[in-house]
Amino acid sequence: MRKALLAASAAVLLAAGPAVAQQKTIKIGFVSTFSGPTAGIGNDMRNSFELALDHMGRKMGGIPVEVIYEDDGLKPDVGKQKTEKLIESDKVDFISGYIWSNVMLASLKPIVDSKTFLVIANAGPSQIAGELCSSTVFSTSWNNDQTPQAMGLYMNQKGVKSVFLIGPNYAAGKDMLAGVASTFKGKVIGQELTTWPSQLDFSAELAKAKASGAEAVFVFYPGAAGVQFLNQYAAAGLKGTIPLFTAFTIDELSLPLQKENAIGVTGAQEWVNDLPNEANKKFVADYRKKYTGLRPTFYGAQSYDAAQLINSAVVATKGDLSDKTKLQKAMEKADFKSVRGGFKFGNNHVPIQNFYLQDVVKDADGQLSLKTVATIVKDNQDQHHDKCPMK
Amino acid sequence: MTLFIEQCLNGLQFGLLLFLLAAGLTLVFGIMDLVNLAHGSLYMIGAYFAATFAAWTGSFVLGAVLALAATLLVGMAVEVIVMRRLYGRDHIDHVLATFGLILFFDEAVRLIWGPAGLSLSLPPWLSQPVQILPGMNYSAYRLAVIVVTLAVAGFLYVLVMRTRIGMLIRAGASNREMVGALGVNIKLLYTLVFGLGAALAGLAGLMQAPILTVQIGMGENILILAFVITVIGGIGSIRGALVAALLVGFIDTLGRAFFPDILRMLLSKEAAATAAPALSSMLIYLLMAVVLVVKPEGLFSAGNK
Amino acid sequence: MRPALNLRTLVTVVLIAALVLLPLYTGLSGNRFLLTLFTRIVILAMAAVSLNLMLGYGGMMSFGHAAYLGIGGYAVGMLAHEGIDSGFVQWPVALAASALFALVIGALSLRTRGVYFIMITLAFAQMAYYMFAGLARYGGDDGLTIYKRSQFVAPVDLSNKTQFYYICLALLFGVIYLVWRLTNSRFGLVVQGARSNDLRMRAIGFPTYRYRLVCFVIAGTLCGLAGALLANQTDFVSPSIMYWTRSGDLIIMVVLGGMATPFGPLIGAVALLVLEEVLSGITEYWQIILGPLLLLVVLFARGGIDGLLTNLSGKASGQGRS
Repeated sequence: MRKALLAASAAVLLAAGPAVAQQKTIKIGFVSTFSGPTAGIGNDMRNSFELALDHMGRKMGGIPVEVIYEDDGLKPDVGKQKTEKLIESDKVDFISGYIWSNVMLASLKPIVDSKTFLVIANAGPSQIAGELCSSTVFSTSWNNDQTPQAMGLYMNQKGVKSVFLIGPNYAAGKDMLAGVASTFKGKVIGQELTTWPSQLDFSAELAKAKASGAEAVFVFYPGAAGVQFLNQYAAAGLKGTIPLFTAFTIDELSLPLQKENAIGVTGAQEWVNDLPNEANKKFVADYRKKYTGLRPTFYGAQSYDAAQLINSAVVATKGDLSDKTKLQKAMEKADFKSVRGGFKFGNNHVPIQNFYLQDVVKDADGQLSLKTVATIVKDNQDQHHDKCPMK
Repeated sequence: MTLFIEQCLNGLQFGLLLFLLAAGLTLVFGIMDLVNLAHGSLYMIGAYFAATFAAWTGSFVLGAVLALAATLLVGMAVEVIVMRRLYGRDHIDHVLATFGLILFFDEAVRLIWGPAGLSLSLPPWLSQPVQILPGMNYSAYRLAVIVVTLAVAGFLYVLVMRTRIGMLIRAGASNREMVGALGVNIKLLYTLVFGLGAALAGLAGLMQAPILTVQIGMGENILILAFVITVIGGIGSIRGALVAALLVGFIDTLGRAFFPDILRMLLSKEAAATAAPALSSMLIYLLMAVVLVVKPEGLFSAGNK
Repeated sequence: MRPALNLRTLVTVVLIAALVLLPLYTGLSGNRFLLTLFTRIVILAMAAVSLNLMLGYGGMMSFGHAAYLGIGGYAVGMLAHEGIDSGFVQWPVALAASALFALVIGALSLRTRGVYFIMITLAFAQMAYYMFAGLARYGGDDGLTIYKRSQFVAPVDLSNKTQFYYICLALLFGVIYLVWRLTNSRFGLVVQGARSNDLRMRAIGFPTYRYRLVCFVIAGTLCGLAGALLANQTDFVSPSIMYWTRSGDLIIMVVLGGMATPFGPLIGAVALLVLEEVLSGITEYWQIILGPLLLLVVLFARGGIDGLLTNLSGKASGQGRS
């Protein structure tokens, strides 16, 4: 044991060797979830980020790129620790990833303090769009409440009069339910928040939704929880009786498990796999070629755009990352072909973009797939940008 | 009213499921005086086996039966390889060693089945809701779980109260040395009891699998509940485990269902909505603390000191 | 414990020297992360030392010790959130809150024995976990970011990594010394006596319940201090800091290092956390190595690393085991 201990200490000391010389490579840290039930999301993000690098010849502005992937295990404290390691030990130039709002909020301080450039590829807590916005923090996703707001607008269009809201009790869950409530013109009859991520049995909540007499149910459950929710929704006899509206609950990862239970369940999204632009066609086709049997999700699309955004800034500054102001200006231009079509940043570095309605249909091969049905809202900007001190 | 009945059924189903876990735990606790934190791992393994075997055989029921047998074997193997060496040791050694087992099993499952988890889908005849009262539908599968667990509880009752093995189990729970002194093959009895506990945990896991996902670490949250139940019920008492399991099942489900509304009357809507899930999770622990303060040996102590 | 030049003393001295000199190395190599890692180790070692007081010396097997980490941490976090940055307010509040919580929990839990005690302490810790998870104002499940570390008078600056490390280290040594003095006092002897034979101690006329309760409260308070430090170190506090697996980690540190020994918990904390860091660098599946390793320690290395070192030194074994 003593020898092991000494060897272990030696290994730590060795691993901590002196820092490498600057700008021989572009170092990017990528924090996501690669273990546990939501590991599929992290893998999709990594796949898409890698695919983007392949498309760039694994170089940005002629400089080789090195990406260090770290697993946050869906825990805010672990995510923060990994973020600190990337900044202090690996000394990365950019940091990206982050699925979960709570992990993102916990990790934000060391990133902002060290002025490392951050490109958030999914999480969208409202604070970061508002009072906590920062000159070096960018997002290729959205603010949490934008997607459910679009869903609220769609429910208005469908003439829904009353709704019951169900979601997980963490930062994004609360943002999502508040989002629907802010645009939905009918009555919110009830709202249930469940323990996240441990609670997966929704029987008590479903029984209440049924008893409330609401015309519709809105739900937000990413990852495996979304599969369980739809299965239990069907088993409780609610599917077909009460229409279900969703945000981030049905995607290409969950669909193979949700199967028939997802048919006809609509959701709002800023990216759908069949969006008709060249960049997207290439992304989807090459992804399916490189990772046989898998389909890219919106998480992947956002990660692909994150890599493109970093690349565009490195190219524009000719690889000189020392001038932070110049780099920031280059990032703000967002000079790349996004897979979602149009892409521009608001003052708070959150995209101004369209939101689409997606539905589940059987595609040409007889497989279930997601399809764009309509554009719910065009050039939508989050409602928190006024609170951001950057103008 | 239908809402209340439905929530009661949910509570009953959850409580009976917890009973399966707690029964195995309390047997091992009572007879071998062994604190087994890895009981939740057996629950997880049962679910993984079921998902795998069901996929191989294409039949849910066949998969479940095979998984049950496999979990029994794993349990007996664990007893022979590890647990046997822990009898008579300090509780702290048990806690540490079985904590190590949890880490091992979690990672082994990740190596074998991958990190993403599996899903176990139900045959059509179980995935449809059935009408149980006029105007009231209930999930057929949850009803099936209630029936199966009640049957198992009955089987356990007969096994423990009416058979020779059961007699030894009861004797072991109240006086371990005496049973050994009477020339009973204690080693074999212990292996069997541990295997039985494992199989019960596996059964709970595989029945929970279609409702929840099959995932790494699924046993850890529910393990704590199972411990709470064994302690409330009194260590070594199957009857206590049943009563406590139903109590916990009802309190957890009904608490989650109705507590927020009660809270809403006292607090602002916003505060109530966020505080309610946390507070209703606390109810069970509150119950346990109260029971232990009033009866430090649980409700139905098996009588051994 | 007579200081003699044997392997056990040598390892302890080398470890302490390494801890003291660490900032020098990180300053030269430029790797600040190592300092961050070891600050964390030092803080958790302090929690383990406090647990050792009740677990190792007092024989009280608490499975909810992480609750005090959380209470100390939340005292700092909540006050900071309300705009009270002064460490002169935050830290005493953290200690007082932990002491009060320990007093209530201890008074109720010490009525039970054995497994029931393990489980009731666990239940109270879980209650604390869910209580903080329900505090929407302070982030609920998501936790609370602390934007400004505890403020003290001029030269003391907790945001300075080296300074903060030395403060933690000094406090750790202070706590180790305090526990050592306590265990060798009359009070400590009564508590240890109650561990081996409670009935006899009571027959002699010692109100052991009261002694054990005081021991419980001291252990909880010291752990609350570690919690206040941990919150400052991570600039963040969330309910997960007091989840039951964290209590399990603390037990592992104590047992791995050596129960009822002054430096055992420190050795255990360093060994466990460095091992975690190294193994997780080698393989993604590091827990498959760590799990069986714990099992082996339980089965073959009673007395933990400290006991092992003592045996290797050729001294009579049996020290530091109940």
